[in-house]
Amino acid sequence: MSYLTITELQKHYDSYHALRGINLSITEGEFVVFVGPSGCGKSTLLRTIAGLESSSEGSINLDNRDITELASSKRDLAMVFQSYALYPHMTVADNLSFALRLAKVPDSEIAEKVRSVSASLQLDPLLDRKPKELSGGQRQRVAIGRAIVRQPKVFLFDEPLSNLDAALRVQMRLELARLHKKLGTTMIYVTHDQVEAMTLADRVVILNAGQIEQVGTPLELYRQPNSRFVAEFIGTPKMNLIEVSDVTRQDEQLSLDIGVGKIAFPNERINGPVPGSIKLGIRPEHMHLVPEGGDISGKIELVEHLGSEAYTHIQLDNQQTIIVKAPARSNIQDGQLVQIKLDLDEVILFNESDRVISKLAEDVSHA
Amino acid sequence: MKRSITRLLMAPSVILLLIWMIVPLSMTIYFSTIRFNLLYPGQNNFVGWMNFEFFITDPGFMPAVLNTLILLISVLIITVVLGVALSALIDKPFFGQGIVRVLLISPFFIMPTVNALIWKNMMMNPVYGVFAWISQSLGLEPIDWLSDFPLMSVIIMVSWQWLPFAILVFVTALQSQDTEQKEAAQMDGANGWHIFRYLTIPHLARPIAVVVMIETIFLLAIFAEIFVSTGGGPGYDSTNLAYLIYNQALLQYDVGVASAGGLFAVILANIVAFFLIRAVGKNLTV
Repeated sequence: MSYLTITELQKHYDSYHALRGINLSITEGEFVVFVGPSGCGKSTLLRTIAGLESSSEGSINLDNRDITELASSKRDLAMVFQSYALYPHMTVADNLSFALRLAKVPDSEIAEKVRSVSASLQLDPLLDRKPKELSGGQRQRVAIGRAIVRQPKVFLFDEPLSNLDAALRVQMRLELARLHKKLGTTMIYVTHDQVEAMTLADRVVILNAGQIEQVGTPLELYRQPNSRFVAEFIGTPKMNLIEVSDVTRQDEQLSLDIGVGKIAFPNERINGPVPGSIKLGIRPEHMHLVPEGGDISGKIELVEHLGSEAYTHIQLDNQQTIIVKAPARSNIQDGQLVQIKLDLDEVILFNESDRVISKLAEDVSHA
Repeated sequence: MKRSITRLLMAPSVILLLIWMIVPLSMTIYFSTIRFNLLYPGQNNFVGWMNFEFFITDPGFMPAVLNTLILLISVLIITVVLGVALSALIDKPFFGQGIVRVLLISPFFIMPTVNALIWKNMMMNPVYGVFAWISQSLGLEPIDWLSDFPLMSVIIMVSWQWLPFAILVFVTALQSQDTEQKEAAQMDGANGWHIFRYLTIPHLARPIAVVVMIETIFLLAIFAEIFVSTGGGPGYDSTNLAYLIYNQALLQYDVGVASAGGLFAVILANIVAFFLIRAVGKNLTV
């Protein structure tokens, strides 16, 4: 049962087409993250849902009510802004109660609600302070508290963690996840950080150039991207892409010539006809450095040691560079010649228009 | 060593500034204690507090003090209230915004004398002024502004002159107001008035304090508008302290009394400044 439904949403600015036909339905209690590169329209989409931007075409339905033309104050949504947007001249307590006071909620009820929110977010010692006397993390909590106190139908977050330092960001991310578990309210979260998207989301919406590229759970997007854009956007370091120079059909499988070797790929994993030009994608963690018997070989250009693992940048014999994830303490050095083995089950193929044409290996074997 | 060199290098300008201030002040104090009337040269004997007594017991003194304060307070209220309202109105983009802004600011570029002449001859003149024409076209008796409401006329002229300053400061301040805060308030259910009342006004507290203080300095010394339009009259109805001092010094040639008046004006300015800064100063800490 869809709770928030967005149908054919379009947004034109004067000369700029920001949203190009967005269709999305979100169920109640879901944590949905909009992610994409800057300028992809994710913030515009959120602000259109919030009613801060008007839509040019299309409709937005919330809880069986058409809210497309409704003023943002009447939509029963609460938003946490990137700059927190706390009211600078009011104390924390006044910030929390502002919406309730405007709605003319009785004083005793306001006091009760503010007390319970401030207790749950550990804001009690801060209630009499002004926003500028708070640290970044405290401001963030006040901004979240201000949203919670209204008990809205949906929470909207516009890159709420981007102004925090790295350590605090990880901590607040965890607190947000806990909060969602506790409140069970629908949340929509905008970020450009794919780690935030992967860790927080029930479902991730990847946007690109004003359109939805793919919607799915974090793991679906990671394992089953439907385009090169999604494949490269999710995962760090990026997925390796290797040009396939020639395809030879054999009985049960295709033989893909990638310039430095041939890779066998089962026919049944190909979705639809085999196009003339194919790119092969494989993530750094699905390749292994082996002493001998690898599928391809190359020379190590550079090793990045991260402690828990190492990323080796390898120049293949045809001058193309790929990244392979290696165990932390593998004894490898720059300039060394290595053999690389590919997890063939994890290989993804793209056609000339960068759409994925391969199926997951386990889907095929089940069938 | 280093400190003394700094001081030595700064000394010329500091000393010059000190002389610049001390000499006129001590001469004024000196003049205020001697008989110094240009009609009776050479009789400059010490008279003690006599000049102050003459100035304070002058029939024009109380009206002048009151007029100074009324003029100051009224113009402050008009410019701040209208200034905030107009700046809030022209803050949102609309067609012709640039031109409207320039027009609103432009009275500030007109010198006070010209301003007073325009108002006196083109607007308030009972025979061919714009106000008279409006009254007549409505079938009313034209009002002789300068003789019937002299202080009010001066207040109108001075407000017109100083409103642009307030607008200039407030428009700039409004541009620095955070849009996300306004959007957050919008989401919280605030309408335009709520946003204005709870976000814009507090945001403008500091600029308002600045406008009040700067205008106070200039409004206590309003002279040209009175000199050109009403000449302080009728009677003392539009005489302020500055005009009264001018009256003593140059119409009655009594430099001694005028100096005493000047010192009194300094004291009054300090009293007013003390209360104003106390009233608006607490906003400066926000």
